[in-house]
Amino acid sequence: MNSSNNVERQTKTVTPNSSTYSLTINGKRHTLTLDNRTTLLDALREHLQLTGSKKGCDHGQCGACTVSINGERVNACLTLAVMHQGDEITTIEGVGDVEHMDPMQQAFIDNDAFQCGYCTPGQICSAKATLDEIRAGIPSHVTQELNGPIELSDAEIRERMSGNLCRCGAYANILKAIHQVAKEQATEERS
Amino acid sequence: MDFNQSADENLFDHARIIGKPHTRVDGALKVTGTAPYAYERHNVAENPLVGYPLGSSIAKGRITRMDATAARSAEGVAAVITALDIDELPRADSNVAKLFGGEWVEHYHQAIAVVIADTLEQARAATRLIEVEYEEIPGEFDLDDAWKRLQDRDVVSHVGDVDAAFDSAEFTLDETYHTASHSHAMMEPHATIADWCDGKNMTLWTSNQMIEWTRQALATTFELDADNIRLESPYIGGGFGGKLWLRADAVLAALGSRETGRPVKVALPRPFIFNNATHRSGTVQRLRIAANKDGRITAFDHSAISHTLPGGSGEDAVNQTRCFYAGENRRVAHHAIDMNLPESADMRAPGEATGLAVLEIAMDEMAEKLGMDPVEFRILNDTQVNPEEPSKRYSDRHFVECLQKGAETFGWAARNTTPGGKREGQWLIGQGMAGAYRGSPTLDSGARVRLSEGRLIVETDMTDIGTGSYTIIAQTAAETMGLEMRDVDVRLGNSAYPSASGSGGQMGAASSTAGVYAACVALQGEITKRLGVESARFENGQVVSGDKSVALRDVAQGEELVGEDSLHFGDFKDELEIGTFGAHFVEVAVNAYTGETRLRRMLSVCDAGRILNPITARSQVLGGMTMSIGAALTESLNVDTARGFFPNHDLAGYEIAVHADIPDMEVIFLDTQDGASTPLKAKGVGELGICGGAAAVANAMYNATGIRLRDYPLTLDRMLDRLPGA
Repeated sequence: MNSSNNVERQTKTVTPNSSTYSLTINGKRHTLTLDNRTTLLDALREHLQLTGSKKGCDHGQCGACTVSINGERVNACLTLAVMHQGDEITTIEGVGDVEHMDPMQQAFIDNDAFQCGYCTPGQICSAKATLDEIRAGIPSHVTQELNGPIELSDAEIRERMSGNLCRCGAYANILKAIHQVAKEQATEERS
Repeated sequence: MDFNQSADENLFDHARIIGKPHTRVDGALKVTGTAPYAYERHNVAENPLVGYPLGSSIAKGRITRMDATAARSAEGVAAVITALDIDELPRADSNVAKLFGGEWVEHYHQAIAVVIADTLEQARAATRLIEVEYEEIPGEFDLDDAWKRLQDRDVVSHVGDVDAAFDSAEFTLDETYHTASHSHAMMEPHATIADWCDGKNMTLWTSNQMIEWTRQALATTFELDADNIRLESPYIGGGFGGKLWLRADAVLAALGSRETGRPVKVALPRPFIFNNATHRSGTVQRLRIAANKDGRITAFDHSAISHTLPGGSGEDAVNQTRCFYAGENRRVAHHAIDMNLPESADMRAPGEATGLAVLEIAMDEMAEKLGMDPVEFRILNDTQVNPEEPSKRYSDRHFVECLQKGAETFGWAARNTTPGGKREGQWLIGQGMAGAYRGSPTLDSGARVRLSEGRLIVETDMTDIGTGSYTIIAQTAAETMGLEMRDVDVRLGNSAYPSASGSGGQMGAASSTAGVYAACVALQGEITKRLGVESARFENGQVVSGDKSVALRDVAQGEELVGEDSLHFGDFKDELEIGTFGAHFVEVAVNAYTGETRLRRMLSVCDAGRILNPITARSQVLGGMTMSIGAALTESLNVDTARGFFPNHDLAGYEIAVHADIPDMEVIFLDTQDGASTPLKAKGVGELGICGGAAAVANAMYNATGIRLRDYPLTLDRMLDRLPGA
């Protein structure tokens, strides 16, 4: 991209319908001036070229765009970037890279928990959040016992992961990957 | 390399790497979000514009007026191209509906305009400003109506005397079934970045299963020399047949690029996947089976109807009935009815997935009429030859072993055999099974291998749509050249590389690895020539000839050695039936009050030749099983029979299986090798898992409730009035 084009694009997008705001993505602060209609997902993918978060449906129905905003998982296609002034966002690029993979990323490889790979970043972000939510005692639709720690059952994981669709059908392997990480975390906590 | 007879014992029978579990070589890129899918190639085309499509809001008719004045002057808009601006583009043979241009509308959401703008937001908003007026023509959209008025049968084949066989049979079945239309619903929508700025040379970064087919289709569509077209599709976010063909994303991006002189990128909005792209047609099927009291089938009579746009072929649900089970008298008929619904075309196991969903319920019903165990009934009616053409034998068929192994592993013998007879609290528990069959075709495949400094680069236009092509091709090359996996780089999905089978019809893995093997053998020839020896063994990174041994790294002395070849599959295969076989076993719990159905476990046993990589092959089968559960319980493109479209055109309305729907699943591969298939003795496995799986669920539900459902999806409303409740 040459600089004259950059300038041209920027002047075009600064209009009464655009805003300037700052958000922190994977620990780095970014200031953006974008059309107010820009979703967080398109801000990430198109303007910051962080394409790890995927656009599967743009309707909040598939979960491929799942990111973490201030520690909670959110469908990035269902929220406008302009709503996130000052927010801390973690995308798959912040979870780990090829040289420094998160244990959940490694567990997905170990258990072949993906095929085409398109839903995978969203699955991994959701999988990490699922374990965090269970540990934090946040109940789900299938939680039987509301007093006391939530059991890390297959049903509990499947329920919490059901907003992340996988048409290749890797669900059985994703469940194994999540259990692998949960086991590793439990071992670490004990030691 | 010609493959003119069945493979004898060869290096793959003593493999170090082929057939062994290897995690995906592209895994790290996928789990870190760095595998580059089509729409994300920010580094390939400078400063692209964004295109957004407008689809027709009628199913059939003529556009009488389009006014894009307001859209053209909207903020950020570089160009608007409407269907009335250009003549209808020529259609490639593989496209039934036109992709763009001209006044006629053939189906709902057919692309009728594209807006090209600086940003997605601008392009999308401007499409709303285009005014369109239509002259609507009534269309036919009701498959049941067409089925009812059907008088004559379009008989595909008739062997023996079916009518006489039914007249004299001791037991007969005659039932009618429905399967719903299905969407591929792959997670990555069709997407393309096009650079056709000069109107001459076209480069597309796209998401497509078949590189060479699509390059030729582009040449036809745009009346270009195919040599001026280049395609790259290294990562594909799922296809399932939906990305076999050239589709509107690529056409609109190319038109936009030519118009603006800038690269243009277009992703189809999710609703377009259902009504603009292709789908699997629903079917109505009538199945008759005749048998003697000893359980031997004497006749099959299977007829089906599916919808298609004029000129297409619909969903052939009867084909497998011609050859799967024994029986002297057999007749099948398939009616493809012209309708102005969106284009029906191939989806994972086209024909078999819907045909076996029905045939395998009918087999269960017939076994019950005969008072036989459904596993035993199938074993009794196994065949080792094509029953239509008994001189044509199956090259390698272990269907009976699949049934026996599955029954034993699943604990079939201990099941409750009284339908509706087992209850746990409010849940009715049932077990069911089904057979699976899918042909295993192969297509000639080429590859190029380049050896430099001991590293091997494999180049082929084969694609990896999640199937594991990168990994099994690396395994094949490493095995053949005596290298390790880490010594091999695989490059796929680029029209600059030799043409291979592509990914479709369950033929990719077997065909493309054979092509890579041929290229490696060509490279071996270059190496032995260079060394001046007659023959050599390739092992442990060394070329060994007699007592001479040279490291592959040192053979070329700094140069690059190249081997390129194709594997040509010979006519001898036409004399054989080459197929894959399986058996599914399912346990369900059906709520006695609400009819909610929950799968408890599912087992599939597969006979699919040599399994090149048990990890990726298992995932393929799991994926097919999962898709068959969706087909059984939830998936249906509903038809608005007044307006002619699929109204549930998003992922909330079209319900694919989610995590919570999928139980414990197990896959067992029989250790078979089919030397008639390829030098690696491998067959396809990508579609076998979806074949018959839906019927196994249906049969388990019958065993649970005693209510026989014959219409998919098997939703609770179909049985609510017949459930026992308390």
